[in-house]
Amino acid sequence: MNATVTIDIETCKGCVLCIPVCPPKVLEMSTAVNVRGYRYPLLLEGCTGCELCAKICPDFCIDVYRAEARDGMLPPPYEGGGEGKV
Amino acid sequence: MECYPLLTKEGARGRFEMSLPPPDPLLRKEGGRVLMEGSQALAEAAVQAGCRFYAGYPITPSTEILEYMSVRMPQVGGVCMNAESEIEAIGMVWGAAGTGARAMTASTGQGISLMQESFAELANAQIPVVVVNMCRGQGDYFQSTRGGGHGDYRFIVLSPASAQEAVDLTFQAFHLADKWRNPVMIMGDFLLSHTSELVEFHPIDERSLTPKTWATTGAAGRKAITLTPLGPSEKLSTNVAGALAGVVQKHPAIRRDEVRVDCGWLDDAVLVVVAFGFPGRFVKYAVQLARARGRKVGYVRPISLWPFPSDAVTQAAAHAKVVAVFELNSGQMIEDVQLAVLGRAPVVAIGGISHDHSGFGVGPMLNVEYVLQRIEETYPQ
Amino acid sequence: MTTRNTEPRTQSPDAELRKVFEKPALLLKTEHSLCPGCGEPLALRTILELLQELDLRDRTICVCGIGCYTAFPSIIDIDVLQALHGRAPSVATGVKRTLPDRFVFTLQGDGDMVSEGLQEVIHTAARGEKVTAILLNNGVFGETGGHMTATSVIGQHTKTTVGGRDPERHGNPIKISELIAPLDGVAYVARGAMHTPAAIKWTKQCLQDAFQSQLDGRGFSLVEILTMCPTDWFVPPESGTQWLEDNLKTTYPLRVIKAVS
Repeated sequence: MNATVTIDIETCKGCVLCIPVCPPKVLEMSTAVNVRGYRYPLLLEGCTGCELCAKICPDFCIDVYRAEARDGMLPPPYEGGGEGKV
Repeated sequence: MECYPLLTKEGARGRFEMSLPPPDPLLRKEGGRVLMEGSQALAEAAVQAGCRFYAGYPITPSTEILEYMSVRMPQVGGVCMNAESEIEAIGMVWGAAGTGARAMTASTGQGISLMQESFAELANAQIPVVVVNMCRGQGDYFQSTRGGGHGDYRFIVLSPASAQEAVDLTFQAFHLADKWRNPVMIMGDFLLSHTSELVEFHPIDERSLTPKTWATTGAAGRKAITLTPLGPSEKLSTNVAGALAGVVQKHPAIRRDEVRVDCGWLDDAVLVVVAFGFPGRFVKYAVQLARARGRKVGYVRPISLWPFPSDAVTQAAAHAKVVAVFELNSGQMIEDVQLAVLGRAPVVAIGGISHDHSGFGVGPMLNVEYVLQRIEETYPQ
Repeated sequence: MTTRNTEPRTQSPDAELRKVFEKPALLLKTEHSLCPGCGEPLALRTILELLQELDLRDRTICVCGIGCYTAFPSIIDIDVLQALHGRAPSVATGVKRTLPDRFVFTLQGDGDMVSEGLQEVIHTAARGEKVTAILLNNGVFGETGGHMTATSVIGQHTKTTVGGRDPERHGNPIKISELIAPLDGVAYVARGAMHTPAAIKWTKQCLQDAFQSQLDGRGFSLVEILTMCPTDWFVPPESGTQWLEDNLKTTYPLRVIKAVS
């Protein structure tokens, strides 16, 4: 994969701001709820690590990871699959 | 007409020069005596006590403190702000004191009324400040001692009866404010502010004070802190109740340790007169005159209005037949006197609201003859 | 689903995942009690990132007003002097005049700065105090539950402007940035917003320019930041950003209003 995010789903308040802001549209609200009763975003395949969801999240829930080549060369080709499944 | 000299160029220049503080060499003489107007003496004492921030708003009869500070503060590397309102003045003092600097403001009753929210919250935040109320009359007793603001706070309130006492109490005020992390008020009045007397400046021993680790100065080299009236200073702490309880936990100790009172002629007194501030000085002299006539009169002059010297009043009343209270208001300190006397003797008001046409509380009652007459009228047969 | 505690791994042997974005270093705790979709934490993030980037933590004193954002002092790693409602500018004046080499900024809402404290901010600006005032403007008293402030817009429904703010009955909003900017002593005034990542990025630059004007000693600076308050705009959390765009930003355009070099 090129990138992924981790989401602190227990801190999420279900505001949904991250969903429309994601350019490849790989965030989708869950049907399950967290311990506070809020639904939270699920990550689909295709995250590009653009950071927009993390920047718009008022609850600091999202950390963003991008892949780097270990030996300093170009990043590997897209191999599909973000963290987590639908 | 007498007013013409003030309208000339020479008169104007004279007025300007009169408004400036005495030349520096006179003030720097340790132990030397200087003739100074009460307001200026108080302000100079503040500067010598280490006050380096003053913010105020012109309002009679406190204005001379602001005028003096605007010349004196720059001389000592301090700051004097002519704030645009009393509320902003106390706000600026809050900011300066929050960084650990010694900071002061002065006003009169109306301006003190405006500052009350900040007073209550400064006490809750445990930020030391010194506030001077140059009162018009003595009607601000409740406001000062009961607290004109909200909540359970108390100010330490000190009431001088001479310019020298104002100087001494100013040194003490800054010390007490830092010692207890509590605001301190000095209650002056029109006579104090505008009477010139000989004063000496003697700094006090302040080595017992601890460093102000609670001050927000920028968190270099340490954990960051919050300085707030709303709760604890530690980050991430939720102990709001503990923080606010800490504010009032000091009160019993302050009551025990910071009483100041001046008494005289009490051993065989059958009439005790209680009075504070400059009127207390008039009472002291009237009592002296009454003694010369053979009257067994004594006086109690509270110097700390909070904590009130209840024990002194109780003891004085123990053998007295009458306790008289002389204050220039409709009856405020008399309630504290009644609480201290607690029925051992009748408590009689012999003062009252007294103003001249200026409205500043130097009316016909503030007169030794009048006080003496009231003492005679109240003296038990 | 993942939680923050899980470190993601890539299956590729040639690459590794590097964390490129996380909570600001000066934020001590990510949990806070502000509403879903609130814009104020976004402003907080922007400010904290900037303070970290400019290495200002050690000499910053934040003077905080009273509003929902009063929850922030406890969770940020900078010295905070808490002031009363509307009074932060005078308190900041006292701080900066006493410690001129510190970096001093106020954090105030519109109810705090433009309603209660209008006089304070105008005088502090006119005096040219070298502090930065940061206004979190959501056009409403949020903490008390949704009441009109001096910046609520015409037509805005609040509990004290039921059916919409009407100039006849409720008066007109005050554009504080435009009011303050012409004063001598004011070095920088800009208005940004937190409703899109692009606006956030633009606002961060405004904040940086404002901070720099203080560091250079050029005078008073004000950055007004429009923030979302869906709770007291009575819209769902996800609609806050659009409401800001359609209703708040139309009255308060985003722009640099004054920049003295």
